[in-house]
Amino acid sequence: MSKFLSSSTFFAVFLTVTSFELGRCLQKRFKSPLLNPILIGAVITGAVLVAFRIPNADYQENIRPLSFLLTPATVCFAVPFYTRLRELRGHILAILAGVLAGTVASMGIIAALTRIFAMDDTMLWTLLPKSVTTAIGVALSEEAGGIAALTTAAIIVTGVLGNMAGLLLCKLFRFRDDISKGVAFGTASHAIGTSKALELSELAGAVSGFSLTLAGLITAVTFSIILEI
Amino acid sequence: MRHLKPFCLILLFSLIGEVLHAILPLPIPASIYGLVLLFAALCLKIVKVESVKSVSAFLLEIIPLLFVAPAVNLIDCWREALPVLLPVLVIVVLSTVVTFAVSGSVTRLFSERKDKRE
Repeated sequence: MSKFLSSSTFFAVFLTVTSFELGRCLQKRFKSPLLNPILIGAVITGAVLVAFRIPNADYQENIRPLSFLLTPATVCFAVPFYTRLRELRGHILAILAGVLAGTVASMGIIAALTRIFAMDDTMLWTLLPKSVTTAIGVALSEEAGGIAALTTAAIIVTGVLGNMAGLLLCKLFRFRDDISKGVAFGTASHAIGTSKALELSELAGAVSGFSLTLAGLITAVTFSIILEI
Repeated sequence: MRHLKPFCLILLFSLIGEVLHAILPLPIPASIYGLVLLFAALCLKIVKVESVKSVSAFLLEIIPLLFVAPAVNLIDCWREALPVLLPVLVIVVLSTVVTFAVSGSVTRLFSERKDKRE
């Protein structure tokens, strides 16, 4: 049984989609940010893998027919941005300033906190790119000598956190317009946060998609400058 | 078959992104090259937005689902994470909240200033 399930693509995809959908139903019903569909989906999927003794490596291999859609899906962030371009034209400077400030703040506070916790440079490089999209962040971490697996983990946790707590944070910091919200979601929590911004409105999603791209590029440029020196 | 052409176009941009990622020595993933190029193609009217809209709406909708598997993958990094779990969690949470606050606030500040001027 476990041998069959360990090699079944449809089991992996079915399990993932069903767990996620279950998380979505729970969130709809109880409206708690803790019942985040990505979090619930991952917890249920993980629990089933453990229960049926399916190695995670096998699951990751079997889920590839679903995971491969991540690249084309990210490419599609271009579409809402283009559709909403007219409304964004007057706000380009505000968006650029917000993303730049947020990216610098992110790296600054991580550098400061790793010092406070007396961590070595490896941990600094591991955590420094944790706000940007996975593919960029992991590449940067590896190049600089960080621990790639841990960077991936930090990036995913950051994204899920932004997705879960973003709405609450918008209320807390009084971001009422879709542009500030979009910048905050995209800069702080990349594509996973952007998916939440898209649920808010197409405009917030458009801004968030642009911000995640820009934040990724700014982080990449900063890394290459630091590494050159 | 009306979804086939949009899907082909989106796959084409992903493929071009993959090629660029393979030949250019930059830490930029295929998806970001594809995103920028698709945006440029839309602006230059090489691609009409109607001809990608249907499939792009679907793909954007399922993005959160696509992150379930990477989140499950976290169960394999316990060994690296355990000794530094608490400080790392503190750093991740604090820096996410700070980044969220700073980026949104600066944008809001600039927008409000502009509104006042107008």
